[in-house]
Amino acid sequence: MSISVDQIFVIGKRWLLSWLTGAPSWVTQIGSSLVNIFALLGVFLTLFALMSVLERKILGRIQNRYGPNRVGPFGLFQPIADGIKMLIKEDIVPARADKIVHFLAPVMIAATAILALGIIPYGRGMTPFTIDGGILFFFAVGSTTELAVFMAGWGSNNKFSMLGAMRAIAQMISYELPLIITVLPVVMIVGSLTPDTIVAAQDGYAFGLVPRWFVFTPWGAAAFVLFFVSGLVESNRTPFDVPEGESEIVAGHMTEYSGFKYATFFMAEYIGMFAITGLAATLFLGGWHAPLRALEFVPSYVWFFAKLSALLFVYIWLRGTLPRTRVDQIMNFAWKFMLPMAFTCIVAAAVWHYAGRGLCGWLWSLAVIAVTYFTLSILLDTRRKFAPRTYRFAE
Amino acid sequence: MNSVAFIIIAIFTLAAALATATLQKLMHAALSFAVAFVGIAAFFFLLGAEFVGLVQIFVYIGAVAVLIVFTILLTRRDVEKDRGFNWSGVVVAIAVFGGLILAILKTQSLSGAALETPALTVKFIGEVLMTSYVWPLQCVGLLLTAALIGALILVMEEKR
Amino acid sequence: MTPTLQLFLVVSAALFCIGLLAALSRRHAIFILIGIEMMLAAANLNFIAFWRFSPEAHQPTGVMVAIFSIAIAAAEAAVGLALVISVYRHYRTTNVDQLDQLKG
Repeated sequence: MSISVDQIFVIGKRWLLSWLTGAPSWVTQIGSSLVNIFALLGVFLTLFALMSVLERKILGRIQNRYGPNRVGPFGLFQPIADGIKMLIKEDIVPARADKIVHFLAPVMIAATAILALGIIPYGRGMTPFTIDGGILFFFAVGSTTELAVFMAGWGSNNKFSMLGAMRAIAQMISYELPLIITVLPVVMIVGSLTPDTIVAAQDGYAFGLVPRWFVFTPWGAAAFVLFFVSGLVESNRTPFDVPEGESEIVAGHMTEYSGFKYATFFMAEYIGMFAITGLAATLFLGGWHAPLRALEFVPSYVWFFAKLSALLFVYIWLRGTLPRTRVDQIMNFAWKFMLPMAFTCIVAAAVWHYAGRGLCGWLWSLAVIAVTYFTLSILLDTRRKFAPRTYRFAE
Repeated sequence: MNSVAFIIIAIFTLAAALATATLQKLMHAALSFAVAFVGIAAFFFLLGAEFVGLVQIFVYIGAVAVLIVFTILLTRRDVEKDRGFNWSGVVVAIAVFGGLILAILKTQSLSGAALETPALTVKFIGEVLMTSYVWPLQCVGLLLTAALIGALILVMEEKR
Repeated sequence: MTPTLQLFLVVSAALFCIGLLAALSRRHAIFILIGIEMMLAAANLNFIAFWRFSPEAHQPTGVMVAIFSIAIAAAEAAVGLALVISVYRHYRTTNVDQLDQLKG
């Protein structure tokens, strides 16, 4: 019984495709891909709508107020109202803007964000597209986002947009390196770039109790934290939302977009967030595996989306709690701290593997990471370089 | 190998490449350069070298195209169009094309069909890179480091 | 019309000549660099096509050469663009016709 609940979507898709049994093979292939694509779009667009209202409610609770609560029960129909508002707004394009580039930029950003969702395993046997170099595909598509951000900034023919786009691209390029290098220890230990294999390598329980997820190893925990922070930066979320900081640069590269195109940018940012948290859950948190052997009757996709929701809650929590960092602080953090720590994770993973993957390896890799962390903290300490703060006007 | 896919990708890539070579505005040419490389990556996928196609998208579109676009921005002088088109270049290009086509069509041994190759997995490429091709790998690493440092030194502001 | 090796070589020759066209007939330094990158990509396509159609395709030689070629092309693009920026800082022009100080 529990197996069929787990596989209910796979069985459903097979039933749908059984209507095409007589057709040539390319029709079945295209039909299968189309079913996958529509299922993916349906799930994630609904999740996007839900998350936009949940984020506002959670942010409101953090700031000691109610979020939106007028439309529907507990305000949960707010996305419908938002959607109608966005659709009926006038679509303003600046007169001297480059029309083709201005139009294609949100399309490209949304397209690359949705493409990245295609290789993540959502449940047992529920990966939309299995590519041999799946992780490389994810990062290749993510790096195309920068070009699309540039198109948005340049196509608007506006100096603020251009500055915002250049800041956004500088930030995204700087954090792409830690993002990719923190994935390398996982790929090294598993020996494959396919997300399905990586999830399968996190199967089983050590001592019958603790799941063998990579986040429970020292290098995995450090790599998970670094990957999570880099993902925050790549999605331009607070505390790293300099590209869309409203008090500084109006809306950055999205200034000249109104109505539906702005909604497309918004959607692309959220879907990028889903993709990065989905990949973090796949690589470090064991994908669709259950945390305790006793809870394995719960279907695999429920576990995946539970982990996804937990990570998204942490994203929203950070947005409500932390102030925005300065651009030069962001760059310093990336190049001087995150990159050396990312390289240390690779060394720690190798030490863990070659010292036998037991307690001895655990302690040695923990030692490697701790030594590097403390060395970096001492080297990068800026407390003694600045004079004590004096306030001219505040008493 | 699907012939419909081949024709579509070929037309797409050649159209984008022609747009790159002939468009007047620099920015449009740089962006259609990125599109042409998507087409070439699609060719790599069609030929069964998926890893190379992904590396192509990653390096060329994610890095080289962004570099080119940034450089166009940093060297603007409010003169967007590129005045002056040298027509003798067209003649030379057509002549070279004619010569290459003659060489290709005259060679006898090129008309075979594709054999079924085993899928080129990333694991296999990794093993080969670390065993037979380890020296070129180290040299390319050294070259990239030298290029990185050299490019930085070229562009750094001179100390006054 | 199943694609044979000849067809792939014709397409890559066409790409090479379009790159040559861009490199020869433009006066802006960045356009010339774009043309050179396109010529390199056409050569990569040639290598992969020959690897695919060769009788002993378990040897990944063509794929390896293409991977290294992509890496080297990226390094060359970086240095070339740094040169263009440096030249622009000194001469305030990117038109290669006006960079003739070494002319005899």
